Amino acid sequence: MLMGDYSFLNLFGLLIQSVFIENFLLANFLGMCTYLACSNKLKTANGLGVAVVLVLTISGILNWCVFKFVTGAGALSWLSFFGIDAANINLNFLQFLLFISIIAGFTQMLEIIIEKFSPALYSSLGLYLPLIAVNCAILGACLFAVTRNYPFFPNLIYVFASGLGWWLAIALVAAIREKLAVSDVVPGLRGMGITFIVSGLMAMAFQGFTGIKLATPTTSALVTANQALELQTAPEPSQANF
Amino acid sequence: MAQKNPPALSYLTDQLWNSNQILVAVLGICSALGVTNRLSVAVTMGLSVSFVTAFSSLLVSALRKITPDSVRMITQLAIISVFVTIIDQFLQAYFYSLSKVLSVFVGLIITNCVVMGRTEGMAKNVTPLPAFMDGLGAGLGYMLVICIVGAIRELFGFGQLFNYQVVPLSWYASPENPNGYENFALMVSPPAAFFIIGGMIWLFNLINKK
Repeated sequence: MLMGDYSFLNLFGLLIQSVFIENFLLANFLGMCTYLACSNKLKTANGLGVAVVLVLTISGILNWCVFKFVTGAGALSWLSFFGIDAANINLNFLQFLLFISIIAGFTQMLEIIIEKFSPALYSSLGLYLPLIAVNCAILGACLFAVTRNYPFFPNLIYVFASGLGWWLAIALVAAIREKLAVSDVVPGLRGMGITFIVSGLMAMAFQGFTGIKLATPTTSALVTANQALELQTAPEPSQANF
Repeated sequence: MAQKNPPALSYLTDQLWNSNQILVAVLGICSALGVTNRLSVAVTMGLSVSFVTAFSSLLVSALRKITPDSVRMITQLAIISVFVTIIDQFLQAYFYSLSKVLSVFVGLIITNCVVMGRTEGMAKNVTPLPAFMDGLGAGLGYMLVICIVGAIRELFGFGQLFNYQVVPLSWYASPENPNGYENFALMVSPPAAFFIIGGMIWLFNLINKK
């Protein structure tokens, strides 16, 4: 349950994969709205990025617990400890409602706590917290982690690295947009239009990573060797040749 | 309420083009990019979003007088996620293969800014009927755009529309005819959606300027 079939090297692979190969903004397109609205300035982008990493990591862990102990198939079997036979109850339909409530509730709590204890941090970070509650990257990462059925530590790495990848992408694009503000763009494309095209080019760059699989769990060294052999003999993925 | 002057229908038509959520407000981009490489998926997504936006606007508007301001956001999120759960269960029951393709994107309708933007920007200020019309219009306007993007991507990327072959198979390059037609692989890959929507915003600005 904690590690599953994953070794430490796999965890590292998962980290790299979530940051670069399956970058949340540029490969999965999650968290677009916040990204388009707040990527004018590098400073704003950095603040938002830190907030996303923080919220995503913690709410990712909370939602993993919810899935394992409340909403997943057969997750309620721990109730038999109290003499209640609940192993057959499937609360899957409550998943969305619970996940989003946890994310929204957690961001609201975090806002209150930060405001109370660190006004300096609040003035730089607190502004973005309400925005993050409706950021699809957070809910998206939680849902992806659950559909892929990660054990605890891979899940932790996955949500943390997804946040990092999101931060990386928004910081990169914000830096480009700061330059774009002073360059001569076709009038009809100014503002959002050119941002889309720049993001498209960035996404193409990140697509160079597709086809690399680092995060498959390996149980023994033999399996790894076989996989490496398969990778060498397998034909190139067709997506790469545009 | 004194806002009876514009007929309820105008809320719908205005959302379709003049204040189109994707092209003007630039909201709801995530799913507009993520699910548009097949037209059938785009249509399903558009219909689901229209349903969710329309009915959650209706409910938010009906409850607007008894919702305390401080818990507004979380109430709206709860209402929206109820309708999204309905859609998700419906898709899994009747269109299982489509729901597999959409996977987490159905759940992500909850955080789709179109829905949130409409409930927050319109529904909490007006009576239920205009709110419903406004939500429906926003959903349909969103559907219009993602269907255009989906059609372009499927036509050029696969040579198909709704999974039917549109580009004749005899046009394709083969060993005998190496200079024939080939699918544009970039269209299948995600960045194409950025370019198409960027281009659509450009066109929209050109048309509306006249």
